[in-house]
Amino acid sequence: MPFTLRRRLRPAAATAVAVALGASTLAACGSSDDDSEEAQSGPVSLTYWTWAPGMDKVADIWNKGPGKKAQIKVVVKKQASGDTLVTKILTAAKAGKAPDLVQAEYQALATLVSNDVLADISGEVEGVDKEFAPGIWQQVTLGSDAVYAIPQDSAPMAFYYREDLFKKYGLEVPKTWDEFAETARQLKKKDPGKDLTTFSANDSGLFAGLAQQAGAKWWTVDGDKWKVGIDDAATQKVADFWGGLVEEDAIDNQPMYTPAWNKALNTGKQIAWVSAVWAPGTLTTAAPDTKGKWAMAPLPQWTEGESVTGSWGGSTIAVTNDSKNKAAAAKFSTWLNTDPEALAALVKEGGIYPAATAAQTGDALSQAPEFFSNQPDFYTEAAEIAKNTAPAAWGPNVNVAYTTFKDAFGKAAKNKSDFGAALTTMQDATVADLKKQGFEVAE
Amino acid sequence: MSSVALRKAAPAAGTTPGTVQGPPRRRRIALVPTVTLLLGALYCLLPVAWVVVASTKSGRELFSTFTFLPGTGFADNVKDLSAYRGGVYWKWMGNSALYAGLGALLSTAVSAVSGYALAIYRFRGRETIFNILLAGVLMPPVILAVPQYLLLAKVDLTDTYASVLLPLILSPYGVYLARIYTAAAVPSDVVEAGRMDSASEWRIFSRIALPMMIPGLVTVFLFQFVAIWNNFLLPYIMLSDDEKFPITLGLFTLLEQGSNTPVLYTLVITGALLAVVPLIALFLVIQRFWSLDLLSGAVKS
Repeated sequence: MPFTLRRRLRPAAATAVAVALGASTLAACGSSDDDSEEAQSGPVSLTYWTWAPGMDKVADIWNKGPGKKAQIKVVVKKQASGDTLVTKILTAAKAGKAPDLVQAEYQALATLVSNDVLADISGEVEGVDKEFAPGIWQQVTLGSDAVYAIPQDSAPMAFYYREDLFKKYGLEVPKTWDEFAETARQLKKKDPGKDLTTFSANDSGLFAGLAQQAGAKWWTVDGDKWKVGIDDAATQKVADFWGGLVEEDAIDNQPMYTPAWNKALNTGKQIAWVSAVWAPGTLTTAAPDTKGKWAMAPLPQWTEGESVTGSWGGSTIAVTNDSKNKAAAAKFSTWLNTDPEALAALVKEGGIYPAATAAQTGDALSQAPEFFSNQPDFYTEAAEIAKNTAPAAWGPNVNVAYTTFKDAFGKAAKNKSDFGAALTTMQDATVADLKKQGFEVAE
Repeated sequence: MSSVALRKAAPAAGTTPGTVQGPPRRRRIALVPTVTLLLGALYCLLPVAWVVVASTKSGRELFSTFTFLPGTGFADNVKDLSAYRGGVYWKWMGNSALYAGLGALLSTAVSAVSGYALAIYRFRGRETIFNILLAGVLMPPVILAVPQYLLLAKVDLTDTYASVLLPLILSPYGVYLARIYTAAAVPSDVVEAGRMDSASEWRIFSRIALPMMIPGLVTVFLFQFVAIWNNFLLPYIMLSDDEKFPITLGLFTLLEQGSNTPVLYTLVITGALLAVVPLIALFLVIQRFWSLDLLSGAVKS
């Protein structure tokens, strides 16, 4: 099964290579028993690229405890996060020098798999899937029988708002997107100098998460071909919604993560933020003066009474094909992301929101983030929200779609013009790039 | 070169208002270039001023107080920066000094020898080599980084200090500059005279030509030092161990920590400020070698 997926994910022109590589993978699978025996008999050292802070301390726990017993030592090499790391991994893999373990965001997995960087570790991680929500696990299998990574952190989206200012202006927390739009208009009526929030054309991940919530499937596999659905009905609905709000000036159109945006949050010019579970960390630096004044609520819904959310961010730990000790690497990755002691350390040292469901309601997250001390049940609510995370469908060129999003939606937001046209641009550019890379694309 | 021109112009501009007999008309003419230069200086220095002011602000003050109002947190920022991951920042600083210092020195040495050879000796293919070098000058080093990585991976040198140093040693621009400068500063008569006195070629180069070339080589050294200090892509691709990172790369990892953690703006800003201090110090120290340039010119004529 992984064999066919590998073929499906590779450019058609490279099928011959894929077959050859597939064969070598099969050969490797056949000898995997020897590998694990070897791992037990001699000490093994694994290199691990990650950007999460404090990961060396978590690896120390492994090296002193379970790792010592299994004679598997993990060496952490701290990296910068983002698309640049994917490029670096691809380059290293081309030279056969990729580290044993890499941290990769969910949307990067398909890119890495289609370049044959990641190993299928399904044989080593049986039963691990039960530790995670199905919508999360589906993202590391890419919908196949293979397993390309173990989820580390997830980022279910939520609605953050200034509790005090909502009270002051007599606003209700919106339960649906219609109410959200109405809230934005009401605020404008009461104080034209304020904005409910902004549409940020810099944050492709936010838009992708909102589209997931609406049920969008941007990349799907149709037989041997890729199908791109960036301009599907669900995404169009989302684009039109935000485009409409920007056009009627109900919300701001400036990007997030700028000094101006920080100031707007800090001074209360913007009083809400559609974000993810990691928002407290961002708000701590962006809006230090508003500590204890924010609250989290579920994301507004498209259909009343539902409780679906999307993801904005999150990452996985994958084993590479260059690793000589894949079984050992898979063992560490499993420990890191499912063992209670490791998860507690991840929360404490790395400040991550674990993807493992047990940890989301566990002791490590019993206390609300300091910035949200006014909402003591912060993580209980977050776990409730996380339960219904919509699955995501990523393809091998998310980076191209994201870059086009920034360009096309950036222009549309600035000119307050049609977001639908920007979406079409994004779809066309993504399809064109897939074809250029040699993938077969279903029209 | 432009710095030399600036230095010469500076006293002239400074003395103009002071001279008694200077007619007012001359002053008015000087006004336009002065204002232009001032605007240019302002344009260049304003961001630096911002970094200086911002580095004094605590995280709380950074985005909330007036931009150019100094804050109260400079000492704390430096302390936090030094404490980050057990003082890894100073390790990066040391690495940068090593890469830039040793790299620039080696590259200057190679440039000196090859520039001298290209300028003094006549041999077949000299122009071809020089033209290839010229093409190399036009080639941005950025596009070479990935091929260099793949080559060094073949000999298992990636993620070592050598992987960053080796590709920097041959600098087409340095060789080009050294050749041009040697051709102008070392008269062939002097070389001939050395040969007459039966000095070996190496002795002629090291004892006679090299001192004449020093000002040009200082320029090469400085250019290379700054280029390596600011280099990003090559170490980014080559290195994976953050204990070997130069400062540019280190600051980048501080900025890109993933969305889970607050961005360490104050640390990055303070780190960026401290990172330019060695460059400024180097320029101040090495400036006097450029004055030497003027002196040696006078002696020659």
